[in-house]
Amino acid sequence: MSMLNEGRPTRPDQAETAAPATATGNRALMLEEALIFEIGTADTTGVDFAPAPKVAPRLAGLERRRPIGLPGLSEQEAVRHYTRLSRQNYAIDLGVFPLGSCTMKHNPRLNERVARLSGFADIHPLQPVSTVQGALAVIDELAHWLKMLTGMAAVAMSPKAGAHGELCGLLAIRAALEARGDARSVVLVPESAHGTNPATAAFCGYKVEDIPANADGRVDLEALKSRLGPDVAAVMITNPNTCGLFERDMKKIADAVHAVGALVYCDGANFNAIVGRVRPGDLGIDAMHINLHKTFSTPHGGGGPGSGPVVFSEALAPFAPLPFVEKNSDGYHLVEEETAEDHHGGSFGRMVAFHGQMGMFTRALAYILSHGADGLRQVSGDAVLNANYILRSLEDVLDAPFGATGPCMHEALLSDKGFAEGFTTLDVAKGLIDEGFHPMTMYFPLVVHGAMLIEPTETESKAALDQFIMALRSVAQRARAGDTTLRSAPHHAPRRRLDETQAARKPVLVWAEPPLPEAAE
Amino acid sequence: MRYLPLTDADRSQMLHRIGAPSIDALFADVPEAARLSEKIPGLPDHASELAVERHLSALARQNMAAGEVPFFLGAGAYRHHVPASVDHLIQRGEFLTAYTPYQPEIAQGTLQVLFEFQTQVARLFGCDVANASMYDGSTACWEAIGMARRITKRSKAILSSGLHPHYVSVAKTMARFTGDELVHETPRLEAATDADALIAAIGKDTSCVVVQYPDILGRIGDQSAIAAKAHEAGALLIAVVTEPVALGALTPPGEMGADIVVGEGQSIGVGLQFGGPYLGLFATQQKYVRQMPGRLCGETVDAAGQRGFVLTLSTREQHIRREKATSNICTNSGLCALAFSIHMTLLGEKGLRELAMLNHGLAVEAADRLARVPGVTLLNDGFFNEFTLVLDRDARTVVRQLAERNILGGVSLGRLFPDAPEIGHGLVVTVTETCTSEDVEALAAALEEILA
Repeated sequence: MSMLNEGRPTRPDQAETAAPATATGNRALMLEEALIFEIGTADTTGVDFAPAPKVAPRLAGLERRRPIGLPGLSEQEAVRHYTRLSRQNYAIDLGVFPLGSCTMKHNPRLNERVARLSGFADIHPLQPVSTVQGALAVIDELAHWLKMLTGMAAVAMSPKAGAHGELCGLLAIRAALEARGDARSVVLVPESAHGTNPATAAFCGYKVEDIPANADGRVDLEALKSRLGPDVAAVMITNPNTCGLFERDMKKIADAVHAVGALVYCDGANFNAIVGRVRPGDLGIDAMHINLHKTFSTPHGGGGPGSGPVVFSEALAPFAPLPFVEKNSDGYHLVEEETAEDHHGGSFGRMVAFHGQMGMFTRALAYILSHGADGLRQVSGDAVLNANYILRSLEDVLDAPFGATGPCMHEALLSDKGFAEGFTTLDVAKGLIDEGFHPMTMYFPLVVHGAMLIEPTETESKAALDQFIMALRSVAQRARAGDTTLRSAPHHAPRRRLDETQAARKPVLVWAEPPLPEAAE
Repeated sequence: MRYLPLTDADRSQMLHRIGAPSIDALFADVPEAARLSEKIPGLPDHASELAVERHLSALARQNMAAGEVPFFLGAGAYRHHVPASVDHLIQRGEFLTAYTPYQPEIAQGTLQVLFEFQTQVARLFGCDVANASMYDGSTACWEAIGMARRITKRSKAILSSGLHPHYVSVAKTMARFTGDELVHETPRLEAATDADALIAAIGKDTSCVVVQYPDILGRIGDQSAIAAKAHEAGALLIAVVTEPVALGALTPPGEMGADIVVGEGQSIGVGLQFGGPYLGLFATQQKYVRQMPGRLCGETVDAAGQRGFVLTLSTREQHIRREKATSNICTNSGLCALAFSIHMTLLGEKGLRELAMLNHGLAVEAADRLARVPGVTLLNDGFFNEFTLVLDRDARTVVRQLAERNILGGVSLGRLFPDAPEIGHGLVVTVTETCTSEDVEALAAALEEILA
């Protein structure tokens, strides 16, 4: 049925008025959505099953006796619930997502398609290896690329994410040191490091000591050298570092660390800046994790899953974890467990139940093959170009603490210096939300006051960058001018600023049935 | 390159603003010796979408997909039917391509899902609270052992022989470096669980007892007595659930006194995926909340008084506490948690119970049919959807012979416990709603032939 033009107004004839509140709380396409516990019932379901065979249960007398308390929704209700919720999220698919250190680049949809091929998605990790030769080939092919791109001797594929990769690297280092009878107790970490670095070192039983940065935002080589000694097991360095700068002295650092018998761990979170142009193996690094969910574009999914393969130098390769894939004349094999008959050098053992993040391997391999050696070199080039373009387009309105030291790598670091009294980095971030952008990483790295770390990645067009720069310049100028409306931003998001203090003081982590209203007299 | 939008004209304009002569000049901080002047040799150049899809499809075809053959594998990873709407919804870009919800005003979708997920997991496990996910069941299990150490200030953990051997391996790897002492034995091919041995082993220096429910051989044991003895000794009971569908039919560990319940959530919504990504579930009782690892989502209000959700209690976490954090975990399994939560919402109480009873009923019928094969004995008295058959010969060979007949017949104990030949005749068989009676008949017939 078409809508008739007769008998109805065809142009707005009312003067602009303030928007009234709605009865539902909805605002046209912006729909509020209650919790499943408020809209579902225990008797509703969105899945039909064949009837269960009539058998006497053999559940050892442990049949569930009490209700679980799980609400169900019909399929349409469920589709609406999650579709409405999804619309309250910002995402790369919507616009620039310049979270420094997180590498929020485009997630190609081909990668989603290949990961869902039944030959990858529907195979069990304990199937006979003769039935999963193609899966092992994917792992082997991806491993080959990672070794070639990093110039390293070996790679452990099983770590589940970046921090898990750090754990893998440090366990290999510790195993290697123990193998030479050299117990050491200290891991040195620059103060600009990701929080996972010191947490990982402590998790492995090491004492963590900070190393200071110099005025150029890099590791202070002399301070590091003066702390090195026979008690130091490893140095964990992020390169490019979390200030978005290349550690120019990396090779000298590695040489000094090796000279005292210690090893170099590199946090590879920022590998996107150098992929195809610099091989960490040429810089003296012994172990480095690679976040497939950063450099190689597997989707972040609102907080994972990630994947954190770790490349190793010759010195550490024998200590890599189980399981691993081997190839010989009759195909691929999986070395799963250390057994009495079957020793694998100094492997430090297993760190996850199965073989790692297969679903991420297929996606990352599709990404790598799509780019090839030439495309990956262009990735790092464009990523660094985009970051420098942002840095130089903003440094007249935002303080760039290391802007004078030369070009940045893949991310631009700015600070809150010059804001009006009482205005903070948080205000700028929330102002950007109103402008339709995801904010940058804020208050990290800790070495810069009110830090704003902007990583555009290579997949943003110049037009998108120009619009982002225009928006951030405007918000920065409001912060400098003391525009108080910025203090209460965001004004246009699904929620205003949320009270994190209340959330932490009286944690409500699960839904509870609200108390029944007092019975009426 | 289809994913790289800059044109050469863009690049020269941008370089002009930057004041650099070339992109290479932006890499001036890299020492000359480490700077590659050309692309890395020996690797292919970029490829079309069609070419990449063709290559990977060819590799996928070299695998025997579970859905194409009679399939009976479990042992920590389970094949269930996942409704079509689950995959549709998790592929919405607003979920798929979002980051960890650090800016809550524009991440309420992810945050509300996490709040709902935490509630679903806590209720399923019979616990007060749950976190926003871990990497997988095995790492969640180790994190629970570490949490018990922090709470009890003791470091001796007693692991049930029924705990998944890979979970034991992960704990052993970590314990080597943390100094925890782990007590563990290989399981025996008996119908009863090792509850009595565990109870006898608990002492004043025990930090925790770790039991799996149902265990690696499919056995189900009441944990109340273990919990009572552990608590009497000042230790915690950690229960591990690798097949959460079982809790649609079974009393949850939290109701039997478990202090921490961890699990592998893969069987609901996530799929097999050759072992990952999976979904670590982690729940505990209210008094231990602040010792929990991992992210937590909590309810709060915004400046206008509207209900909203935020990540909370982050003073336990690495980005705030650094070396004093409860765990080093950062990225977890957000999208898998979403898939789990959607699938669980579609099931609801009614659907989960039906699914569980359907699995159990089919498993009972299959167990009885397979036990009639000459040379096969059923080990279990009680089980959910997974049971152990004791064959008259090494099960590893039988599994290979079954695969040659295009049947994926189960997981041999020889593969799981390569150093324990005394239990090598055991075959762990799982029967879910995806197995048909024709599948069971095919497996029985093939076993009859192989064992004849």
